[in-house]
Amino acid sequence: MGRVHTDKEYENELNQLRELVLLMGARVEEMIGMAMRAFRERDLSLARSTMASDRNIDQLEMEIDELALKILARRQPVASDLRFITTTLKLVTDLERVGDLGVNICERVLELVDDVPLDADSAITRLAESAHGMLQDALDAFVQYDAVKANQVMERDQTVDGYYAQLFPELVTHMMKNPAVVYRATRLQSIGKYLERIADHATNIAEMVVFMVKGQDVRHGQGPG
Amino acid sequence: MSVQTQVTLPTNFVSTEERSDPASAGSDPLNPGVEYEIETSAPTSAGIKTKAPAKMRAQDLRAYFGATEVIKGITMPVLDKKVTAIIGPSGCGKSTFIRCLNRMHEVTPGSRATGSVMLESQDIYGRDVDPVRVRRRVGMVFQKPNPFPTMSIRDNVLAGLRLNGIKVRDPDALVERCLQQVALWDEVKDSLHRSGASLSGGQQQRLCIARCLSLEPEVLLMDEPCSALDPIATARVEELIHGLRKSYTIVIVTHNMQQAARVANYTAFFYLGQLIEFNKTDVIFTRPREQRTEDYVTGRFG
Repeated sequence: MGRVHTDKEYENELNQLRELVLLMGARVEEMIGMAMRAFRERDLSLARSTMASDRNIDQLEMEIDELALKILARRQPVASDLRFITTTLKLVTDLERVGDLGVNICERVLELVDDVPLDADSAITRLAESAHGMLQDALDAFVQYDAVKANQVMERDQTVDGYYAQLFPELVTHMMKNPAVVYRATRLQSIGKYLERIADHATNIAEMVVFMVKGQDVRHGQGPG
Repeated sequence: MSVQTQVTLPTNFVSTEERSDPASAGSDPLNPGVEYEIETSAPTSAGIKTKAPAKMRAQDLRAYFGATEVIKGITMPVLDKKVTAIIGPSGCGKSTFIRCLNRMHEVTPGSRATGSVMLESQDIYGRDVDPVRVRRRVGMVFQKPNPFPTMSIRDNVLAGLRLNGIKVRDPDALVERCLQQVALWDEVKDSLHRSGASLSGGQQQRLCIARCLSLEPEVLLMDEPCSALDPIATARVEELIHGLRKSYTIVIVTHNMQQAARVANYTAFFYLGQLIEFNKTDVIFTRPREQRTEDYVTGRFG
């Protein structure tokens, strides 16, 4: 936004809210990265410490909600400010859910550590890179007020859905060839599902960014205008 | 009746929160709960086509104080039986504009206006138009409540008629009706003989509105009607505006944006004598199209 609020306090409050959202976004991104590293390296202690870090993320969600509420009460924001604040309130819900999914991934990692490795890891990695990338780009779009970038994120969701759809038959094939891998395969299936859900949340965030920037509600298949 | 240079009958109807059956074009545009849209052919000077019957329309209106042009060519409708708010910073011309809507502007020595202001099918700036008659159809309420202090409440209500030499067949009924309309009747019915100045600020303002209504105007102009009132009195006047809207076309000038957001169906944003944006109030306050509007309503005054 070019101009700033004449009331500097108001401007500061909005900036503070934005920074808290970015902080939460960064923590969530980091968490997903660490969860996937724990998966690749079969690192139990990393998995455990990552799970513990979810508490910070939940804490941030509450802080952000509280600050947003205060601004709404004090300032009665309108137009772009109003869209920014309502977007923030909804966005942090998605981020908090992504944090929970990170915890879920770590829980599966803990279950997998002693098990026989299975050659579906590359499919999982592909899913993880895409979902993580979408999340990063959705958050960048939020910071940069970039509706074009947000639209690009929305388009990638289909690709991720495709990767997930390929994962399941791959795992079924493994399970049919060697029943001993069933335990591992179902755990991988779960991790795949969590990553696909992370991509969905990134898509939600991107839709909200479009609304925040342009005032268009593009959710649920409604086009612009 | 409405001001249109071309009318196309609506082929589909836009429903609002109050869903109802569509009314037929050309009849009283406000069957309760109906909103339907007729294309008018003339755009506003802010480049937006309006789509509803207009009670009044300013067409390239320019207003001057001496040599200084303060309204710089405004084209804008005033939609029938809607509340239109005019917002904008000090000096943007909003008060001058509404004073042009009832030929009050020229009362100030050295002032004049050019362009036209249609009241239905009549240009109020036409050659043979009597400004006094215009002001009967287009009434005005001012910022500071100004009941005539030496007159009783009852006489205040009747003052407009008497000053215009209009005979009233049943003054008591008229007084009661007008005071009922402004929700003041129950509060003052036993003290109608008391001075108008004995009322509270909010009551005085409602009395002034009743005084306007006694002349049965078609349009009510309100220049910051609540600026001098406390929040409770303000809420009562806003409630009143909400009720009056069914029968009158209302234009309200306000520097309180939240008030515009609360009471108005449509909002016009003026800046330096020009109309910057005109649209439904919801749009102005959630997703305005013009950067200057966005900056003003959010508080980025620069």
